[in-house]
Amino acid sequence: MKVLAAMSGGVDSAVAAARAVAQGHEVTGIHLALSRNPESYRSGARGCCTIEDSRDAWRAADLLGIPFYVWDMSEEFAADVVDDFLAEYAAGRTPNPCLRCNERIKFAAVLDRGRALGFDAVCTGHYARLVDGPEGRQLHRAADPGKDQSYVLGVLDEDQLAGCLFPLGDSRKSEVRAEAAALGLAVAAKPDSHDICFIPSGDTAGFLRGRLGEEPGDIVDAGTGEVLGSHEGAYAFTVGQRRGVGLGQPAADGARRYVVDVDITRRRVAVGPAAMLDVDQIRAVRPRWCGPELVAPAGLGVQVRAHGEEIAAQVSPLEDGFIAELTTPLRGVAPGQAAVLYSGTRVVGSGTIARRAG
Amino acid sequence: MSTYLDHAATTPLLDCARDAMVGALGSTGNASSLHRAGRASRRRVEESREVIAAAIGVTPSEVIFTAGGTEADNLAVKGLWWARTGQDPARRRVLASRIEHHAVLDPVHWLGEHEGAEVVWLDVDSEGRVDPGQVRAELAAYPGQTALVAVMWANNEIGTVQPIGEIAAVCAAAGVPLHVDAVQALGSIWVDPTLPSTLAISAHKLGGPLGVGALIARRGLELTPLTHGGGQERQVRSGTLDVPAVMGFAAAVDHVLGDLAEQSARMAGLRDALLAGVVALAPDAIVNGARGGTDARLPGNAHVSFPGCESDALLMLLDAAGVEASTGSACTAGVPEPSHVLLAMGVDPVIARSSLRFSLGRRSTAEDVDALLAALPAALTRARRAGQVRVSAQMAAAVREGA
Repeated sequence: MKVLAAMSGGVDSAVAAARAVAQGHEVTGIHLALSRNPESYRSGARGCCTIEDSRDAWRAADLLGIPFYVWDMSEEFAADVVDDFLAEYAAGRTPNPCLRCNERIKFAAVLDRGRALGFDAVCTGHYARLVDGPEGRQLHRAADPGKDQSYVLGVLDEDQLAGCLFPLGDSRKSEVRAEAAALGLAVAAKPDSHDICFIPSGDTAGFLRGRLGEEPGDIVDAGTGEVLGSHEGAYAFTVGQRRGVGLGQPAADGARRYVVDVDITRRRVAVGPAAMLDVDQIRAVRPRWCGPELVAPAGLGVQVRAHGEEIAAQVSPLEDGFIAELTTPLRGVAPGQAAVLYSGTRVVGSGTIARRAG
Repeated sequence: MSTYLDHAATTPLLDCARDAMVGALGSTGNASSLHRAGRASRRRVEESREVIAAAIGVTPSEVIFTAGGTEADNLAVKGLWWARTGQDPARRRVLASRIEHHAVLDPVHWLGEHEGAEVVWLDVDSEGRVDPGQVRAELAAYPGQTALVAVMWANNEIGTVQPIGEIAAVCAAAGVPLHVDAVQALGSIWVDPTLPSTLAISAHKLGGPLGVGALIARRGLELTPLTHGGGQERQVRSGTLDVPAVMGFAAAVDHVLGDLAEQSARMAGLRDALLAGVVALAPDAIVNGARGGTDARLPGNAHVSFPGCESDALLMLLDAAGVEASTGSACTAGVPEPSHVLLAMGVDPVIARSSLRFSLGRRSTAEDVDALLAALPAALTRARRAGQVRVSAQMAAAVREGA
């Protein structure tokens, strides 16, 4: 195949590209320039799009002997990921920009452009497995449960999956690092990236305040409605959050207080005890199916965070989404996050968690 | 074997230059040392200086070696600015064309940002040509207030040759120094180094080695140094000279100016065949730069916009097919920007992003042109398809945002 290897400058994508080469594919390396924010040009960054990361990717491509180009996807990234991220927070939801990037950029804008240019697939360093069977291609969890990234890929439809190559799905991270070292890749010991790549400082609240402006309002007790304090923007709060709420006094019973609701229209953040965070039902909208669409109720697993646990649930399709009745309550389910559905290790699809009624 | 059509970026080292350099690499000696070894190096440097001076038509003392074209441009722009404003603080205006190479553009911009220069950007017409009348009008409107004028001899992207004779006459009449970046012109067309006050040249653009160039500066012209140290070059430029590089530079200059007319005519013929072939394959292609007259454009330069294609996609596809071309404009971390040159000419930014430069050199042959013409149709088809994908995606995004 003719393969486009998306190379971030990290160890995973470099080894993925190396494996694609070893498998006999005709590989071209690309580094995606996703941001032109000068902030991200600092050295020692662990996000993406820095000059240093671009150079690391370039040097890995040199070592593999493959052509290498930088693709400017900054406009698409700004419109489809950053603006969406801001709009979601502004609406009181907590988005996962990595899913959006996979859905709209890496396996959409990049894949489509690649296909138009004569490539068959986009290869990345994601830890997930693709299984080709009689019913088509399926997306499965990675062999290394600690690194499994199938959650952030749960937005890819069949056509997108047909254009994917994930050479690391069967490997453990330690093996990948060892392989990078054996290949002589300088990035073998480079730390993993964790931050949201377009917020290199890690200060999401500050980023939101800068972009969305201050929208002061009240922090109230979810039970009594009593005003406990104030905030500079309800959008900066996430359901389930405990730290950084900024309340001077503890609850009357001394229990820890958590954000249990974010009401953007009333600029109101409600706090309450942990028990109020427990949900036994999740409703999700904007479904994405990684294969056949769910048409009848089924017993599936639900995961609501990138490295969260999978909860068994009875999942029923709705007109625009699905509803999952959980067998055990889940704590801290934030609207906007993705609910990814699993059947065994197979990813069935995902939806965006809607705000709880009432 | 690839087809190299990017001679404006850098050229293959000429055999004579390589031989001169290899011969010098084994010799020890700092050209500033007084002993025998030093004197031997000094002799090599001075003989090289004389060769270059004789070849281009200046006196040896007017050749100031630098580490390349960029340093020569910076030395001229900032060195003239500090020298002129030092003599006469009223001279705070700097005139420069909008299509200068970044080696001139950026120091001029820097003077505006950090030194209080009043920068006047000279416009160009749709073929990328500066109007000497605008230079005359600007100098006349603010008499005694201009520190320097900078206009390149020929543009690196579109190849348009500027009316340097007329501009030099205007500047001379007003008593204002003119700096000319001749990095692309020297070795391609005849350059009269006596017209401007300073002239920047570079070795690797004409078959010499990388990392060496020169500023040709008239005798008696005051320049404030940018680097301070040993003052090796006329007390204006410091640093121990790279003797083999200087020798390779001299050999290359001597060689290319020896058969300039013949080579220029040959390259122009190939270039015309290239353009005719490209336009025949892509009737919607737009040839940028000067249209009329053989002297109006560098003989090796062809610059073409392919509407509906993105230049980086075309570049990649041609590269995969073994044809090496360029967008001709600067990059940020490898990301092509729409060219400031094309924008200054009034080219639509989308069209500007669809442009490629093919630049021929002395080793280019009819086979190179044929190789490009053979690879181009498939590349255009795919690049157009990719361009369509992006347009569709933007429309889809607009619909989503509207919804």
